[in-house]
Amino acid sequence: MNIAVCVSHVPDTATRIVIGKDEKSIDQAGVTYIINPYDEFAVEEALKTKEKFGGEVIVISVGNDSSKETIRKALAMGADRGILLKDENPRDSFSIAKALADEIKIQNCELVFMGKQSVDYDNSITGQITSELLGYSCITIVVDLKIENNKIIAEREIEGGKEVVESELPAIITTQKGLNEPRYASLKGIMAAKKKVIEEKPALQTDNLTEVLLMKKPAPKNPGRILGTDSSAIPELVKLLHEEAKVI
Amino acid sequence: MANKILGILEQREGKLKKVSFEVLSVVADLAEKLNLESEALVVGNEIQNIDETLNYGVNKITHLKNENLSAYSSSGYTDIISEYAKELNAKYLVFANTALGKDLAPRISVRINGGCIVDCIHFEISNGEFIATRPVYAGKALVDVKFRSDINIITLRPNVFKPLKKDKSSSAIITVKDIQNVNLKTRTIEFKKSEGKLDVAEADIIVSGGRGLKGPENFYLVENLAEVLGGAVGASRAAVDAGWRPHNEQVGQTGKTVSPSLYIACGISGAIQHLAGMSSSKYIVAINKDKEAPIFNIADYGIVGDALEILPKLTDEIKQLKS
Ligand SMILES: Cc1cc2nc3c(=O)[nH]c(=O)nc-3n(C[C@H](O)[C@H](O)[C@H](O)COP(=O)(O)OP(=O)(O)OC[C@H]3O[C@@H](n4cnc5c(N)ncnc54)[C@H](O)[C@@H]3O)c2cc1C
Ligand SMILES: Nc1ncnc2c1ncn2[C@@H]1O[C@H](COP(=O)(O)O)[C@@H](O)[C@H]1O
Repeated sequence: MNIAVCVSHVPDTATRIVIGKDEKSIDQAGVTYIINPYDEFAVEEALKTKEKFGGEVIVISVGNDSSKETIRKALAMGADRGILLKDENPRDSFSIAKALADEIKIQNCELVFMGKQSVDYDNSITGQITSELLGYSCITIVVDLKIENNKIIAEREIEGGKEVVESELPAIITTQKGLNEPRYASLKGIMAAKKKVIEEKPALQTDNLTEVLLMKKPAPKNPGRILGTDSSAIPELVKLLHEEAKVI
Repeated sequence: MANKILGILEQREGKLKKVSFEVLSVVADLAEKLNLESEALVVGNEIQNIDETLNYGVNKITHLKNENLSAYSSSGYTDIISEYAKELNAKYLVFANTALGKDLAPRISVRINGGCIVDCIHFEISNGEFIATRPVYAGKALVDVKFRSDINIITLRPNVFKPLKKDKSSSAIITVKDIQNVNLKTRTIEFKKSEGKLDVAEADIIVSGGRGLKGPENFYLVENLAEVLGGAVGASRAAVDAGWRPHNEQVGQTGKTVSPSLYIACGISGAIQHLAGMSSSKYIVAINKDKEAPIFNIADYGIVGDALEILPKLTDEIKQLKS
């Protein structure tokens, strides 16, 4: 069984965001990019699945040349080969999903792992859109997964608990923290990744269905008040919460 | 002509959730501003509190019913709602940005050829154009986004839009329709409820603890305060990674994003990834030993001091206020 893992190349979560000159995207100066943290769970789960059932783990990313770093990271963890679907222009989730679906079909992958969310645009929708385009089942925010023959039993995290969901392959699973512990890339893995193939091709051209008009910083918060340095400040705190903030 | 706006309501275990009333209010508001006819739809089996939907300015509510629909089925719900939206020829669909809304909205967008803007916190109509604002980079920036599609789907960040009750109109009705042949390709076979506790994603008040609490044995202090406030317990990643608290309580960039009315951070330094998940809370209180801790930069009220000493006294003081 061929297994696809879709990975996105995102700014490190510690990045201080500065708005770029175009006022539509971030200023790239000094920004370090990493593999999307949720996609590490996706890569790990793909590798574990391969260890059990065999097959090939194919890493796919839509982006520009710099996304190769993130593909390389997944290869270093143990994935077999990579595909970069190249596009210099910004894409919304819909057009990313179209390109991914197109490639997943070409690679004939019955099982696809994605992260539950990309920590740049925080959309959490690419997996679901891709699954609809392909006619695959899709289970999102998965924290526990069992696959046997054609059958999938997954636990997904929702408000107030976990939903146990049953479905069949072909399917897309979006991964959440808790599903597994992503392995570190060993030195051997990093060396081996250098020899693995990253195929490059233009991403399928499609139109965006949404357009960013403006990026801006949220209004700054007014500096707060330090009410005291010990428990003598408690009565005032309670009074403010009750009378000024009116939240208790 | 497509002149309809359709709100998708959410029920769990036969009860409409609070976010459903937020959706209804936004639907009523946008219907007025965009000159559209409003409707709402809920999928489920028995729904106990469905009558409450009549008070929010949306006059037509449809309940699509089948005993296999009480629990969520992504395939079933997607089919049913897509069909309904197509038949109605709806121009706008409004969901809540919950696990269910986030799961459904993008699928339905593919079925009905719509664009999808999720996690919206504000809308504006400027020169006749609909513009949504949403946080990106975990709230470190915002974007204004417009649609390029004919059909437009939005999801609302919970707890941001107020559920506004209106006078009930005499023409408001609820129609129940039975649905046959549900597509159960993907089906829920069990719901494992977290033990009777309120989830951070749904709470209006959250008391969170971090590494400053020193160990799992001190978290009862956080739990007690949360209890007197009727709130939920949250945690920093440091507390979760140490195994002191379960992951579903983690607040932050790789945990849950919350916007309660009140967030009390106890022994949490305020790392950028933590702030990402809670900085949009309406009021923030910080209790931290270190007056330089970054959490104080975004707190409305702070006490510099030992959380282990302050928490029990704060709990007592609030108990007194409430009695
Ligand atoms: C990719 C990535 C994702 C991340 N995602 C998240 C996330 O989702 N959520 C998250 O929270 N973090 C996240 N982090 C981790 C984050 O960077 C911090 O490490 C974490 O938030 C620190 O938790 P803390 O504030 O509890 O601990 P610390 O930073 O150790 O702070 C403890 C604080 O307690 C104070 N203190 C100590 N003793 C007392 C006392 N007796 N009374 C009062 N105060 C006391 C100290 O002054 C200090 O400020 C992420 C990191 C990365 C790299
Ligand atoms: N440019 C991309 N290339 C490949 N996969 C992507 C890309 N963007 C998003 N994804 C996948 O979709 C998941 C959810 O992303 P999003 O819907 O953008 O939050 C990510 O965790 C990735 O697995």
